[in-house]
Amino acid sequence: MPAVEATTPAIRKTALHPVHRQMGAKMVEFNGWEMPVEYPSAGGIVAEHNAVRTGVGIFDVSHMGDIRLAGPQALAAVQHFSMNDASRLAIGQAQYSALLYPEGTFVDDVVVHRLGEEEYLLVINAGTREKDFSWVSEHTRQFNCEVENLSDEFAQIAIQGSKAVNLLQKLTDADLSAVKFYWVTRGTVCGLKNTLIARTGYTGEDGFEIYIPSDEPTSARVWNEILQAGKEFGVLPCGLGARNTLRLEAKLPLYGHEISDTINVWEAGLDRFCKMEKPDFIGRAPLEKARAEGTKRTLVGLEMTDRGIARDFYKVLDPAGREIGYVTSGSPAPFLKKNIALAYVPPEFAALDTDLKVEIRGQGVKARVVPTPFYKKPKKT
Amino acid sequence: MPFPTDYKYTKEHEWIKADGKNATIGITSYAQESLGDLVFVDLPKPGAEITSGKTFGSVESVKAVSDLYAPVSGTVTEVNGELATAPEKINKDAHSAWMVKITMKDPTELNSLLSASDYEKFVAEEGGR
Repeated sequence: MPAVEATTPAIRKTALHPVHRQMGAKMVEFNGWEMPVEYPSAGGIVAEHNAVRTGVGIFDVSHMGDIRLAGPQALAAVQHFSMNDASRLAIGQAQYSALLYPEGTFVDDVVVHRLGEEEYLLVINAGTREKDFSWVSEHTRQFNCEVENLSDEFAQIAIQGSKAVNLLQKLTDADLSAVKFYWVTRGTVCGLKNTLIARTGYTGEDGFEIYIPSDEPTSARVWNEILQAGKEFGVLPCGLGARNTLRLEAKLPLYGHEISDTINVWEAGLDRFCKMEKPDFIGRAPLEKARAEGTKRTLVGLEMTDRGIARDFYKVLDPAGREIGYVTSGSPAPFLKKNIALAYVPPEFAALDTDLKVEIRGQGVKARVVPTPFYKKPKKT
Repeated sequence: MPFPTDYKYTKEHEWIKADGKNATIGITSYAQESLGDLVFVDLPKPGAEITSGKTFGSVESVKAVSDLYAPVSGTVTEVNGELATAPEKINKDAHSAWMVKITMKDPTELNSLLSASDYEKFVAEEGGR
């Protein structure tokens, strides 16, 4: 017997797990969580994706982690371990940011919410919950600030699409029209007082994420009340399948794909969320150096111009068939009805309209560099 | 889930319907259901040789790629071209949306495949994992 046995951690389930089962969802393992990938009886991935693009869909995102920081030096701590400038946040405002390793690569990406004068909420990825919490705890130690892992306290439901505001407004006393994108408010939702409501999401659409108590009866009740209230808007329950295709069309990064512990901020094209002019932060020095040296690869959008679907981690070839990079995320795009991909290639192949190939089962299949995001939500008229 | 009794089946979820030396191949309703909405089908060209147990093409849903395995060896005589533009026909009626027609090399290979009832038992076990 080996001295150290590999232990398989028990697969985790969200409070809404029984509801997904009841709705006939197809369940898959995702980063240690058993999650719905699609709800075939509600229409499946394509219908779910398009419901969000044209109306509204709801997602169980309770697997996301939540870290609360509070104390006189909470801002200083956040500034130290994240790359965006949290000092610009007003109370009630949120920003996309990332935790970086000292090498300038990604621990994780994160949404930082400023909830109070000295209080911040970080929303982190499911697969990196434990790693992120340790990282944040360790790098907060030198500051006068409490760190609390609230990941298991909340069930989190995302209500996404242009009709999300109409749907959620039926269930809350908070004036949602007064909440701008990437701002938060509190209000009574489905009878739950003081519920945190954030106008955020991961779909490229307008939408909200609500944070409710993680007990099964409460979360099931809220989920069902949202579906009921959304009937007039054609709401569909949506799984991780649609969540992935929606975020890909909108070019929103996924940890382990577009960003990882071997990819830096410049390569990922996340410059505008990295504030080099703010006081020093973890990862800043190597980023400074990397910027001076120039990037060796860059993230581009590809559209397949021949028959074939690029998939995650397929090779990217130059027209002569030489391997030059790889696909980070690739899929049919259900709303755009194209086969699209994000890929890392050297800068000399990154210009728009460059013809490249993706290796699909041994064959080089033609693809072209196209503008990103592939999908942009229509401007309100 | 009814599986036609005049078809034979593989554990990789293909069906084959034989008629003398000729045979028609597709995927089962169980396969299409587990894959979800199909968006892409990649099939060999007429004249291609396929080999028992080896891949001869693939089907893809939004989420997944799945290889197609030849139930028996043979030569492709006809390909269902309709599926290139309408792969959803497989979701609608997998047991009639055929993929390729072949001339079998050795029809006795059929004997090692699953009957409808054996296949039904097999998927019941697989589904209940």
